[in-house]
Amino acid sequence: MIGALILRDLARAWASGGLTAPVGFFLLVAILFPFAIGPDAALLARVGPGVVWAAALLAALLPVERLVAPDLESGVVDQLAVRGIGGGTVAAAKIAAHWLGFAPSLMAAALVAGGLFGIPGGVLARLELALLLGTPGLAALGVATAALTAGLRGAGAAAGLVMLPMALPILIFGAGEGQGGLKLLAAVSLLLVVGAPVVAGAAMRIARD
Amino acid sequence: MSLLRLDGIAGDRGGRRLFAGLDLVLGPGDAALVTGPNGAGKSSLLRIAAGLLTPAEGTVAAVPAGLADARLALDEEVPLGRAIGWWAGIDGRAADLEAWNLAALREVPVRLLSTGQRQRANLARVAASGRALWLLDEPANGLDTASTALLEARIADHRAGGGAVVVATHVPVALPGAVEIAL
Repeated sequence: MIGALILRDLARAWASGGLTAPVGFFLLVAILFPFAIGPDAALLARVGPGVVWAAALLAALLPVERLVAPDLESGVVDQLAVRGIGGGTVAAAKIAAHWLGFAPSLMAAALVAGGLFGIPGGVLARLELALLLGTPGLAALGVATAALTAGLRGAGAAAGLVMLPMALPILIFGAGEGQGGLKLLAAVSLLLVVGAPVVAGAAMRIARD
Repeated sequence: MSLLRLDGIAGDRGGRRLFAGLDLVLGPGDAALVTGPNGAGKSSLLRIAAGLLTPAEGTVAAVPAGLADARLALDEEVPLGRAIGWWAGIDGRAADLEAWNLAALREVPVRLLSTGQRQRANLARVAASGRALWLLDEPANGLDTASTALLEARIADHRAGGGAVVVATHVPVALPGAVEIAL
Protein backbone atom coordinates (compact mmCIF):
# COMPACT_ATOMS: atom_id res chain seq x y z
CA MET A 1 0.00 0.00 0.00
CA ILE A 2 2.77 2.43 0.95
CA GLY A 3 4.57 1.29 -2.21
CA ALA A 4 1.51 2.28 -4.26
CA LEU A 5 1.56 5.74 -2.64
CA ILE A 6 5.27 6.20 -3.39
CA LEU A 7 4.92 5.03 -6.99
CA ARG A 8 1.96 7.33 -7.56
CA ASP A 9 3.88 10.35 -6.23
CA LEU A 10 6.90 9.49 -8.38
CA ALA A 11 4.72 9.07 -11.48
CA ARG A 12 3.07 12.42 -10.82
CA ALA A 13 6.43 14.12 -10.29
CA TRP A 14 7.74 12.62 -13.52
CA ALA A 15 4.63 13.69 -15.48
CA SER A 16 4.90 17.27 -14.24
CA GLY A 17 8.62 17.52 -14.95
CA GLY A 18 9.29 17.57 -11.22
CA LEU A 19 12.12 15.04 -11.50
CA THR A 20 14.24 16.93 -14.01
CA ALA A 21 13.64 20.51 -12.86
CA PRO A 22 15.50 20.29 -9.50
CA VAL A 23 18.58 18.75 -11.15
CA GLY A 24 18.58 21.34 -13.92
CA PHE A 25 18.18 24.08 -11.33
CA PHE A 26 21.00 22.62 -9.23
CA LEU A 27 23.38 22.43 -12.18
CA LEU A 28 22.49 25.96 -13.29
CA VAL A 29 23.29 27.37 -9.85
CA ALA A 30 26.55 25.43 -9.80
CA ILE A 31 27.46 26.74 -13.25
CA LEU A 32 26.57 30.36 -12.42
CA PHE A 33 28.68 30.49 -9.26
CA PRO A 34 32.13 30.29 -10.89
CA PHE A 35 31.10 33.13 -13.19
CA ALA A 36 30.15 35.27 -10.22
CA ILE A 37 33.22 34.42 -8.13
CA GLY A 38 35.84 34.55 -10.84
CA PRO A 39 38.49 32.12 -12.09
CA ASP A 40 40.42 31.65 -8.84
CA ALA A 41 40.82 27.83 -8.77
CA ALA A 42 41.84 27.61 -5.11
CA LEU A 43 38.92 29.76 -3.98
CA LEU A 44 36.43 27.80 -6.14
CA ALA A 45 37.64 24.49 -4.74
CA ARG A 46 37.22 25.86 -1.21
CA VAL A 47 33.68 27.28 -1.63
CA GLY A 48 32.56 24.41 -3.90
CA PRO A 49 31.09 22.08 -1.23
CA GLY A 50 29.17 24.96 0.37
CA VAL A 51 27.73 26.00 -2.98
CA VAL A 52 26.71 22.41 -3.71
CA TRP A 53 24.87 22.30 -0.38
CA ALA A 54 23.06 25.60 -0.92
CA ALA A 55 22.05 24.47 -4.39
CA ALA A 56 20.86 21.11 -3.02
CA LEU A 57 18.76 22.90 -0.42
CA LEU A 58 17.10 25.08 -3.05
CA ALA A 59 16.55 22.08 -5.33
CA ALA A 60 14.76 20.27 -2.49
CA LEU A 61 12.63 23.35 -1.91
CA LEU A 62 11.69 23.78 -5.58
CA PRO A 63 8.81 21.24 -5.79
CA VAL A 64 7.40 21.95 -2.31
CA GLU A 65 4.18 23.56 -3.59
CA ARG A 66 3.05 20.45 -5.43
CA LEU A 67 4.02 17.89 -2.77
CA VAL A 68 0.95 18.05 -0.53
CA ALA A 69 -1.44 20.86 -1.52
CA PRO A 70 -2.81 19.24 -4.73
CA ASP A 71 -3.69 16.04 -2.84
CA LEU A 72 -5.46 18.00 -0.11
CA GLU A 73 -7.43 19.99 -2.68
CA SER A 74 -8.42 17.06 -4.87
CA GLY A 75 -9.64 15.03 -1.89
CA VAL A 76 -6.98 12.30 -2.16
CA VAL A 77 -5.95 12.78 1.48
CA ASP A 78 -9.62 12.49 2.57
CA GLN A 79 -10.16 9.33 0.53
CA LEU A 80 -7.03 7.79 2.07
CA ALA A 81 -8.20 8.80 5.56
CA VAL A 82 -11.56 7.10 4.94
CA ARG A 83 -9.55 3.97 4.14
CA GLY A 84 -7.76 4.22 7.47
CA ILE A 85 -4.51 5.51 5.98
CA GLY A 86 -3.61 8.45 8.20
CA GLY A 87 -1.67 11.61 7.48
CA GLY A 88 1.51 10.24 9.05
CA THR A 89 1.66 7.29 6.66
CA VAL A 90 0.85 9.51 3.70
CA ALA A 91 3.60 11.94 4.75
CA ALA A 92 6.14 9.11 5.18
CA ALA A 93 5.35 7.90 1.65
CA LYS A 94 5.67 11.43 0.32
CA ILE A 95 9.06 11.85 2.00
CA ALA A 96 10.30 8.62 0.41
CA ALA A 97 8.98 9.67 -3.00
CA HIS A 98 10.39 13.20 -2.71
CA TRP A 99 13.79 11.80 -1.72
CA LEU A 100 13.82 9.29 -4.57
CA GLY A 101 12.75 12.09 -6.89
CA PHE A 102 15.57 14.50 -6.24
CA ALA A 103 18.40 12.95 -4.20
CA PRO A 104 19.95 10.26 -6.45
CA SER A 105 19.97 12.51 -9.52
CA LEU A 106 21.30 15.38 -7.40
CA MET A 107 24.16 13.22 -6.13
CA ALA A 108 25.05 12.40 -9.72
CA ALA A 109 24.87 16.08 -10.64
CA ALA A 110 27.12 16.89 -7.67
CA LEU A 111 29.88 14.94 -9.44
CA VAL A 112 29.55 17.33 -12.37
CA ALA A 113 29.51 20.32 -10.03
CA GLY A 114 32.60 18.90 -8.32
CA GLY A 115 34.37 18.97 -11.67
CA LEU A 116 33.26 22.53 -12.40
CA PHE A 117 34.61 23.74 -9.06
CA GLY A 118 37.73 21.56 -9.16
CA ILE A 119 36.88 20.00 -5.79
CA PRO A 120 39.62 17.46 -4.86
CA GLY A 121 38.68 13.76 -4.87
CA GLY A 122 38.74 13.19 -1.12
CA VAL A 123 36.60 16.25 -0.41
CA LEU A 124 34.19 15.23 -3.16
CA ALA A 125 33.84 11.73 -1.66
CA ARG A 126 32.99 13.26 1.72
CA LEU A 127 30.53 15.61 0.03
CA GLU A 128 28.73 12.72 -1.67
CA LEU A 129 28.52 10.82 1.63
CA ALA A 130 27.21 13.94 3.35
CA LEU A 131 24.59 14.37 0.60
CA LEU A 132 23.53 10.74 1.05
CA LEU A 133 23.08 11.33 4.79
CA GLY A 134 21.61 14.81 4.62
CA THR A 135 19.15 14.66 1.71
CA PRO A 136 16.61 12.44 3.57
CA GLY A 137 16.42 15.20 6.17
CA LEU A 138 15.91 17.79 3.45
CA ALA A 139 13.16 15.67 1.88
CA ALA A 140 11.44 15.29 5.28
CA LEU A 141 11.70 19.01 5.89
CA GLY A 142 10.27 19.70 2.42
CA VAL A 143 7.21 17.51 3.00
CA ALA A 144 6.57 18.94 6.50
CA THR A 145 6.83 22.46 5.09
CA ALA A 146 4.55 21.55 2.20
CA ALA A 147 1.90 20.27 4.61
CA LEU A 148 2.22 23.30 6.89
CA THR A 149 1.90 25.84 4.07
CA ALA A 150 -0.70 23.95 1.98
CA GLY A 151 -3.64 26.16 1.11
CA LEU A 152 -1.86 29.43 1.91
CA ARG A 153 -1.72 32.11 -0.71
CA GLY A 154 1.86 32.55 -1.86
CA ALA A 155 2.69 29.17 -0.34
CA GLY A 156 6.00 29.01 -2.20
CA ALA A 157 7.48 32.07 -0.53
CA ALA A 158 6.12 31.07 2.88
CA ALA A 159 7.59 27.59 2.40
CA GLY A 160 11.03 29.10 1.83
CA LEU A 161 10.77 31.19 4.98
CA VAL A 162 9.67 28.18 7.03
CA MET A 163 12.07 25.64 5.61
CA LEU A 164 15.38 27.42 5.11
CA PRO A 165 16.05 28.29 8.79
CA MET A 166 15.14 24.73 9.80
CA ALA A 167 17.68 23.41 7.29
CA LEU A 168 20.56 25.29 8.95
CA PRO A 169 21.87 22.31 10.97
CA ILE A 170 21.99 20.18 7.81
CA LEU A 171 23.92 22.91 6.01
CA ILE A 172 26.37 23.42 8.88
CA PHE A 173 27.16 19.74 9.46
CA GLY A 174 26.91 18.86 5.77
CA ALA A 175 29.34 21.47 4.53
CA GLY A 176 31.69 21.05 7.52
CA GLU A 177 34.76 18.86 7.69
CA GLY A 178 35.69 15.63 9.43
CA GLN A 179 33.86 12.56 10.73
CA GLY A 180 32.17 14.25 13.70
CA GLY A 181 30.22 16.54 11.38
CA LEU A 182 28.95 13.54 9.42
CA LYS A 183 27.70 11.84 12.57
CA LEU A 184 25.86 14.97 13.67
CA LEU A 185 24.50 15.35 10.14
CA ALA A 186 23.14 11.81 10.28
CA ALA A 187 21.59 12.52 13.69
CA VAL A 188 19.87 15.71 12.50
CA SER A 189 18.67 13.99 9.35
CA LEU A 190 17.28 11.05 11.35
CA LEU A 191 15.49 13.40 13.72
CA LEU A 192 13.85 15.20 10.79
CA VAL A 193 12.85 11.96 9.05
CA VAL A 194 11.22 10.68 12.25
CA GLY A 195 9.61 13.97 13.25
CA ALA A 196 8.39 15.26 9.90
CA PRO A 197 5.65 12.62 9.31
CA VAL A 198 4.14 13.49 12.71
CA VAL A 199 4.16 17.23 11.96
CA ALA A 200 2.92 16.79 8.39
CA GLY A 201 0.22 14.33 9.48
CA ALA A 202 -1.08 16.75 12.11
CA ALA A 203 -1.04 19.62 9.59
CA MET A 204 -3.06 17.55 7.12
CA ARG A 205 -5.55 16.60 9.84
CA ILE A 206 -6.04 20.26 10.73
CA ALA A 207 -6.41 21.19 7.06
CA ARG A 208 -9.27 18.68 6.84
CA ASP A 209 -11.55 20.51 9.32
CA MET B 1 -25.89 -5.40 13.76
CA SER B 2 -25.90 -1.76 12.76
CA LEU B 3 -23.61 -0.38 10.08
CA LEU B 4 -24.01 3.22 11.20
CA ARG B 5 -25.19 4.59 14.53
CA LEU B 6 -25.36 8.30 15.28
CA ASP B 7 -26.34 9.22 18.84
CA GLY B 8 -27.40 12.81 19.49
CA ILE B 9 -24.75 14.30 17.27
CA ALA B 10 -24.36 18.01 16.62
CA GLY B 11 -22.36 19.54 13.81
CA ASP B 12 -20.54 22.88 13.77
CA ARG B 13 -19.08 24.68 10.80
CA GLY B 14 -16.91 27.74 11.36
CA GLY B 15 -18.15 28.08 14.96
CA ARG B 16 -21.83 28.00 13.92
CA ARG B 17 -24.19 25.21 15.02
CA LEU B 18 -25.69 23.57 11.94
CA PHE B 19 -27.72 20.77 13.47
CA ALA B 20 -28.05 19.13 16.87
CA GLY B 21 -29.60 16.11 18.55
CA LEU B 22 -29.48 13.95 15.45
CA ASP B 23 -30.04 10.21 15.87
CA LEU B 24 -29.78 7.61 13.14
CA VAL B 25 -29.35 3.85 13.04
CA LEU B 26 -28.81 2.05 9.75
CA GLY B 27 -28.62 -1.73 9.45
CA PRO B 28 -28.08 -3.93 6.37
CA GLY B 29 -30.43 -2.93 3.55
CA ASP B 30 -31.33 0.42 5.12
CA ALA B 31 -31.06 3.84 3.51
CA ALA B 32 -31.19 7.41 4.72
CA LEU B 33 -32.02 10.44 2.64
CA VAL B 34 -30.55 13.70 3.91
CA THR B 35 -32.24 16.80 2.57
CA GLY B 36 -32.01 20.48 3.33
CA PRO B 37 -31.11 23.83 1.78
CA ASN B 38 -27.55 24.78 0.80
CA GLY B 39 -25.34 25.17 3.84
CA ALA B 40 -27.65 23.18 6.11
CA GLY B 41 -24.84 20.77 6.98
CA LYS B 42 -25.54 17.82 4.67
CA SER B 43 -21.89 17.45 3.68
CA SER B 44 -20.72 17.95 7.27
CA LEU B 45 -23.07 15.18 8.40
CA LEU B 46 -21.59 12.79 5.82
CA ARG B 47 -18.03 13.74 6.77
CA ILE B 48 -18.89 13.08 10.42
CA ALA B 49 -20.28 9.66 9.48
CA ALA B 50 -17.10 8.99 7.47
CA GLY B 51 -14.95 9.85 10.48
CA LEU B 52 -13.33 12.83 8.77
CA LEU B 53 -14.93 15.36 11.13
CA THR B 54 -15.49 15.02 14.86
CA PRO B 55 -19.04 15.88 15.88
CA ALA B 56 -19.41 18.81 18.28
CA GLU B 57 -21.60 16.58 20.46
CA GLY B 58 -22.72 12.97 20.48
CA THR B 59 -21.11 9.76 19.35
CA VAL B 60 -20.62 8.02 16.04
CA ALA B 61 -20.19 4.29 15.55
CA ALA B 62 -19.75 3.24 11.96
CA VAL B 63 -18.18 0.47 9.94
CA PRO B 64 -15.56 1.74 7.45
CA ALA B 65 -17.40 3.61 4.73
CA GLY B 66 -17.02 4.47 1.08
CA LEU B 67 -17.38 8.21 0.51
CA ALA B 68 -18.26 10.07 -2.68
CA ASP B 69 -18.18 13.84 -2.22
CA ALA B 70 -17.66 16.85 -4.43
CA ARG B 71 -13.94 16.13 -4.81
CA LEU B 72 -13.07 13.46 -7.31
CA ALA B 73 -9.61 12.53 -5.97
CA LEU B 74 -8.61 10.97 -9.31
CA ASP B 75 -5.39 12.07 -11.01
CA GLU B 76 -6.40 14.31 -13.92
CA GLU B 77 -3.69 13.28 -16.39
CA VAL B 78 -4.12 9.53 -15.93
CA PRO B 79 -6.54 7.38 -18.00
CA LEU B 80 -9.76 6.67 -16.10
CA GLY B 81 -9.19 2.91 -15.92
CA ARG B 82 -5.81 3.34 -14.25
CA ALA B 83 -6.98 6.16 -11.96
CA ILE B 84 -9.86 4.10 -10.57
CA GLY B 85 -7.71 0.98 -10.66
CA TRP B 86 -5.19 2.65 -8.36
CA TRP B 87 -7.85 3.17 -5.69
CA ALA B 88 -9.25 -0.32 -6.26
CA GLY B 89 -5.68 -1.59 -5.72
CA ILE B 90 -5.49 0.26 -2.39
CA ASP B 91 -8.78 -1.43 -1.48
CA GLY B 92 -7.43 -4.76 -2.70
CA ARG B 93 -10.22 -5.22 -5.24
CA ALA B 94 -10.99 -4.80 -8.94
CA ALA B 95 -13.13 -1.92 -10.20
CA ASP B 96 -16.23 -2.71 -12.27
CA LEU B 97 -16.42 0.07 -14.86
CA GLU B 98 -19.08 -1.83 -16.82
CA ALA B 99 -21.62 -1.44 -14.03
CA TRP B 100 -21.35 2.34 -14.20
CA ASN B 101 -21.39 2.57 -17.99
CA LEU B 102 -17.75 3.72 -18.03
CA ALA B 103 -16.08 0.84 -19.89
CA ALA B 104 -15.77 2.85 -23.12
CA LEU B 105 -13.92 5.62 -21.25
CA ARG B 106 -11.21 3.37 -19.80
CA GLU B 107 -8.41 4.96 -21.87
CA VAL B 108 -9.65 8.57 -21.61
CA PRO B 109 -7.68 10.88 -19.28
CA VAL B 110 -9.76 12.00 -16.31
CA ARG B 111 -9.42 15.69 -17.19
CA LEU B 112 -11.34 15.13 -20.46
CA LEU B 113 -14.39 13.60 -18.77
CA SER B 114 -17.69 15.49 -18.58
CA THR B 115 -19.33 16.41 -15.26
CA GLY B 116 -21.67 13.43 -15.39
CA GLN B 117 -18.90 11.02 -16.35
CA ARG B 118 -16.75 12.27 -13.47
CA GLN B 119 -19.66 11.76 -11.11
CA ARG B 120 -20.11 8.18 -12.31
CA ALA B 121 -16.38 7.58 -11.88
CA ASN B 122 -16.65 8.88 -8.32
CA LEU B 123 -19.53 6.48 -7.63
CA ALA B 124 -17.72 3.60 -9.31
CA ARG B 125 -14.85 4.05 -6.88
CA VAL B 126 -17.21 3.84 -3.89
CA ALA B 127 -18.73 0.67 -5.33
CA ALA B 128 -15.26 -0.75 -5.98
CA SER B 129 -14.25 -0.13 -2.35
CA GLY B 130 -16.46 -3.05 -1.34
CA ARG B 131 -17.52 -1.20 1.79
CA ALA B 132 -20.91 -2.05 3.29
CA LEU B 133 -21.72 1.59 4.06
CA TRP B 134 -21.93 4.10 1.22
CA LEU B 135 -21.94 7.83 1.97
CA LEU B 136 -22.98 9.72 -1.16
CA ASP B 137 -22.89 13.52 -1.18
CA GLU B 138 -25.03 14.89 -4.01
CA PRO B 139 -24.55 11.73 -6.11
CA ALA B 140 -27.10 12.82 -8.75
CA ASN B 141 -25.37 16.15 -9.47
CA GLY B 142 -24.60 16.37 -13.17
CA LEU B 143 -26.17 13.01 -13.98
CA ASP B 144 -28.64 12.70 -16.86
CA THR B 145 -31.93 10.80 -16.46
CA ALA B 146 -30.47 7.48 -17.60
CA SER B 147 -27.48 7.80 -15.27
CA THR B 148 -29.71 8.73 -12.33
CA ALA B 149 -31.71 5.56 -12.99
CA LEU B 150 -28.40 3.66 -13.10
CA LEU B 151 -27.42 5.17 -9.73
CA GLU B 152 -30.78 4.19 -8.22
CA ALA B 153 -30.41 0.65 -9.57
CA ARG B 154 -26.86 0.30 -8.15
CA ILE B 155 -28.01 1.59 -4.75
CA ALA B 156 -30.90 -0.91 -4.80
CA ASP B 157 -28.44 -3.74 -5.66
CA HIS B 158 -26.14 -2.64 -2.85
CA ARG B 159 -28.98 -2.62 -0.33
CA ALA B 160 -30.25 -5.98 -1.55
CA GLY B 161 -26.73 -7.31 -0.94
CA GLY B 162 -26.85 -6.25 2.73
CA GLY B 163 -25.33 -2.79 2.35
CA ALA B 164 -26.55 0.53 3.68
CA VAL B 165 -26.46 3.95 2.10
CA VAL B 166 -26.75 7.59 3.17
CA VAL B 167 -27.61 9.95 0.34
CA ALA B 168 -27.46 13.72 0.77
CA THR B 169 -29.16 15.40 -2.16
CA HIS B 170 -31.28 18.30 -3.30
CA VAL B 171 -32.18 16.49 -6.53
CA PRO B 172 -34.87 13.77 -6.23
CA VAL B 173 -33.27 10.31 -5.94
CA ALA B 174 -35.58 7.33 -5.53
CA LEU B 175 -34.71 5.50 -2.30
CA PRO B 176 -37.64 3.22 -1.42
CA GLY B 177 -38.17 2.91 2.31
CA ALA B 178 -35.45 5.41 3.23
CA VAL B 179 -35.38 7.28 6.53
CA GLU B 180 -35.65 10.97 5.75
CA ILE B 181 -33.46 13.44 7.63
CA ALA B 182 -34.43 17.04 6.91
CA LEU B 183 -31.75 19.42 8.15
